[in-house]
Amino acid sequence: MNEQPLIECKNLTKSYTTGTEALSHVSLTVGRGKIVGLLGPNGSGKTTLIKLLSGLLTPTQGDVCIDGHAPGIYTKSIVSYLPDRMYFPKWMRVNDILAFFADFYPDFDRKKALDMLSSLGIAPGEKIRRLSKGTQEKVQLVLVMSRKAQLYLMDEPIAGVDPAARDFILNTILTNYNEEGTVLLSTHLISDIERVLDEVIFLQNGHLVRQDSVDRIRETEGKSVDALFRDIFRTPVYPGYTRKEA
Amino acid sequence: MQWKLTDDRPIYLQLAEQLTQRILAGAYPPGGRIPAVRELAAEAGVNPNTMQRALSLLEDQRLVVTNRTSGRTVTENTQAISRVREQQAKDLAKQYVAAMETLGYGPQDAAQFLQKGGKDDE
Repeated sequence: MNEQPLIECKNLTKSYTTGTEALSHVSLTVGRGKIVGLLGPNGSGKTTLIKLLSGLLTPTQGDVCIDGHAPGIYTKSIVSYLPDRMYFPKWMRVNDILAFFADFYPDFDRKKALDMLSSLGIAPGEKIRRLSKGTQEKVQLVLVMSRKAQLYLMDEPIAGVDPAARDFILNTILTNYNEEGTVLLSTHLISDIERVLDEVIFLQNGHLVRQDSVDRIRETEGKSVDALFRDIFRTPVYPGYTRKEA
Repeated sequence: MQWKLTDDRPIYLQLAEQLTQRILAGAYPPGGRIPAVRELAAEAGVNPNTMQRALSLLEDQRLVVTNRTSGRTVTENTQAISRVREQQAKDLAKQYVAAMETLGYGPQDAAQFLQKGGKDDE
C-alpha cells in the first residue's frame, strides 16, 4: 500500500477578489482508505476547499497536493468529483451522460452504473429534464461512485434527498469505495453520517479548527461529533425585539 | 438481530459489545464463521475500518480467531466464552446492586427482590 498521504495541504489560502478570505492558512493531510467528513457551518470554506482539491480554483497562497501532484490532468484522472450543483444539460438522457463518462474516464465502470441505476429504479432512457431534483442528484452520485478513483470529493451529497435515499447513498458509499480510495464529503447533516466516518475536519470561518477521528472525539469528549459540532459552532440566540412598555 | 448505536460512546466499543453478545447468545456458535468485515459493516451501516477495529478488540480477548485461509471464526475454546459470560454476569450484578443502593436497599434486600423475580408478594 502506498504510504504517501493522499491529500496534503500546506498553508492553503484562498481569497476572492471581493476581499473575503474563504480559506486561510489551512494545513492538513488525509490518508488513504478513509471516509472523512468535512464539517462546518455555512460559509466556513468547505466548498472552497473541495474546489481547490478538484482544481476548479487555484490557491492564492500555499500548496495543495493530491497523490504528490498539484491539481491538474493527472489528479483529475484519479479524483471523482461530485459538485454541489447539477451540471448535466437538461436535454440529455441518462444514457448520454453514461456515454460521456465512459469517454472521459478510463476508470468508469458502466455496468456498475447501470446496476446502481436499476436498483434505484431509474430508467437509463429517461431525460434529465423529466427527473425530480432528488433523482437527478442520485444519477449524479451513481456516476461519481461508478469510477474506480483514488479520491472521491463530494460536496453535500446527501443534502437534497429524502431519508431513505440518504441511507441508500451512505450504503452505496460504504460498499463501493475501494480500499485504497478515500472519500472526502462535506455536509452539515452530521448525525446522519457520523457512523460512516473515520475522521472529521472542522472548518470555521476558513480556519481549520480540528481534525480528529470520530471514535477519539467520542472517547475524549464523551459525546457525538454532532453534539460537539453544536458546541463549537453555537450561535447566541438573537435577543429579539422587546416591546417597550407604553 | 439489530445493531443499536448510541451517541455518547465510541462506535467501535458498541460494535464490539454487540458482537460479543452474539457470540455469548450463540448466534455465532463456537468455531462458527463470522461474516466478512465489509458484510458486517454494511449491515450495521458503519465504516468498515470501525468494524475492523471492533473485531480486533474481540481478537485481543481471544473470543475470535483469524485464520489465514478461512477468515474469522469464533473460538472453539468454550471456556474462554464462559469466562466472558461470567464476567458480564458479574458486571450486571454490580450494576443492579449499585442501583438498588441508590433506592436505599442493601445487598440482602436486593437479593430478596431478585429471588422473587420482581413479582409482587402473594
